[in-house]
Amino acid sequence: MIAAKRAADTLIVLAAILVAWQILHQAVGSTALPAPLPTLTYLAKFVPSARFAENAWATLVTFFWALMLSYSLGLAIGVWMGVHRLSGAVGEPILISLYTLPKITLYPVVLLIFGLSMPGRVTFGAMHGVLPVALLTMNAIRNIPPVYLKAARTLHLSEWQTIVTVLFPATLPEVVAGLRIGFTLSLLGVLLAEMFASEHGLGSLIINAMQLLQNEEMITVAVVLFLFAALANSLLLWIEHHLHRRI
Amino acid sequence: MSKIGWLRLAVIVIAVGLLELACRSGLIDHRVVIPPSEMAAALVRLLISGQANDQIARTFGIVVTAVLIAVVGGFALGVVIHALPRVRHALDPFFATYYAVPIFIFYPVMIAIFGLSAVPIVLMGVATAIVAMIIATLNGLDRVPRVLDKVARLHRMGRIATALRLKLPAAAPHLFTGVKLAVSYGFIAVIASEFILAPAGLGRVISDAYTDFNNQRMYALMLLLIVVATVVNMVLHVFDQRWAERRGIGKP
Repeated sequence: MIAAKRAADTLIVLAAILVAWQILHQAVGSTALPAPLPTLTYLAKFVPSARFAENAWATLVTFFWALMLSYSLGLAIGVWMGVHRLSGAVGEPILISLYTLPKITLYPVVLLIFGLSMPGRVTFGAMHGVLPVALLTMNAIRNIPPVYLKAARTLHLSEWQTIVTVLFPATLPEVVAGLRIGFTLSLLGVLLAEMFASEHGLGSLIINAMQLLQNEEMITVAVVLFLFAALANSLLLWIEHHLHRRI
Repeated sequence: MSKIGWLRLAVIVIAVGLLELACRSGLIDHRVVIPPSEMAAALVRLLISGQANDQIARTFGIVVTAVLIAVVGGFALGVVIHALPRVRHALDPFFATYYAVPIFIFYPVMIAIFGLSAVPIVLMGVATAIVAMIIATLNGLDRVPRVLDKVARLHRMGRIATALRLKLPAAAPHLFTGVKLAVSYGFIAVIASEFILAPAGLGRVISDAYTDFNNQRMYALMLLLIVVATVVNMVLHVFDQRWAERRGIGKP
């Protein structure tokens, strides 16, 4: 009952957003901001088209590799800095300041190294995703209660058994949180790279649509990306909650 | 400085030194990365010549404007939302997913509505920073100890006096975390907007320098942004840690 009421309230907020969109449309005119209904009709027509599929696929492939790169590098750095205390103590502030840096400033360097290519966009995406994965993995390992390790020793577990049955499950929820943030930021990185300089992908589609004054297309792509990111995040958040509850 | 601090400094110095060596020895092409010493020299020359001063002032002006709006507006909205639990529950899912969505993709929409000026950039900065401030305000107000209400009643304080003299100081550490995040998010959003598309500003100048193969200028301004961002974030981080310590001591 309470859940239903909350869902209803959230729907009211969604409706309020649509109303605000309509009002803003009335205020600035349809060339600047198309109304919600025509945009949604356009969305239904545009999303099944070949041009959308092509660009969405390009973004998805780039994003996949960026994600793999940031996960593998991030986990490796995180585990190393979590297990080796001195490296962690030395490296953590460096990672944190890199995390807060506007990484877009470094994109020209990536472009100079890789040229206008997919590896460049993958690298730039991974530059965003790798830091939260590394930082949260490191913290997960550091925050293991010492009593877990004592229990493992009391039970005469081998090193491998300790890793599989104690360390891995104990760190999992926090590591998954890192993977979730890494997912979000890698996606942002890939889209920024596509927006700045690329002929492929949804990011470039948005910029092209803006330059051609095809605002319906621009908003359509933005809405699709919005929904994709929101759904993926909810799924990962759901997994995270389950893992937390299990412990 | 502690031993770990020295080690950290050594790691950074060695990393920069290796980059310098790799550039000087020709391992890294001069057209790709210029040696760090040349970046610094170019930055000093650029700052003395004053050629980029307008752009620097413009960008940091926009950042300050956006962060101020986000902090003041976020605090006000946070207070209002905190007073209305039903609204808060309805908004919770949006807050939870807000930073998971690349809101940056709406920058072109802002340009379409407001034109190519400083307005969409300020709005992107505000949009990126304000939710962190709202969430921090809600967290801070949640953690105001109930006993303070009783203290206020005992001393027959009015609502405004209670808010200003008891609740605000109690929530302050969380509010500061919000300010810290707002500064860092606002900065990133403004620079990124200028990079993608803007009439002027540091991001635009760097992206132009890239297009013109003007590596000296590009790396000089990159260095400036990196140094400013690092220093500002470090100062905020130190203050945040102090507040957190106080919060730890002041726990009920």
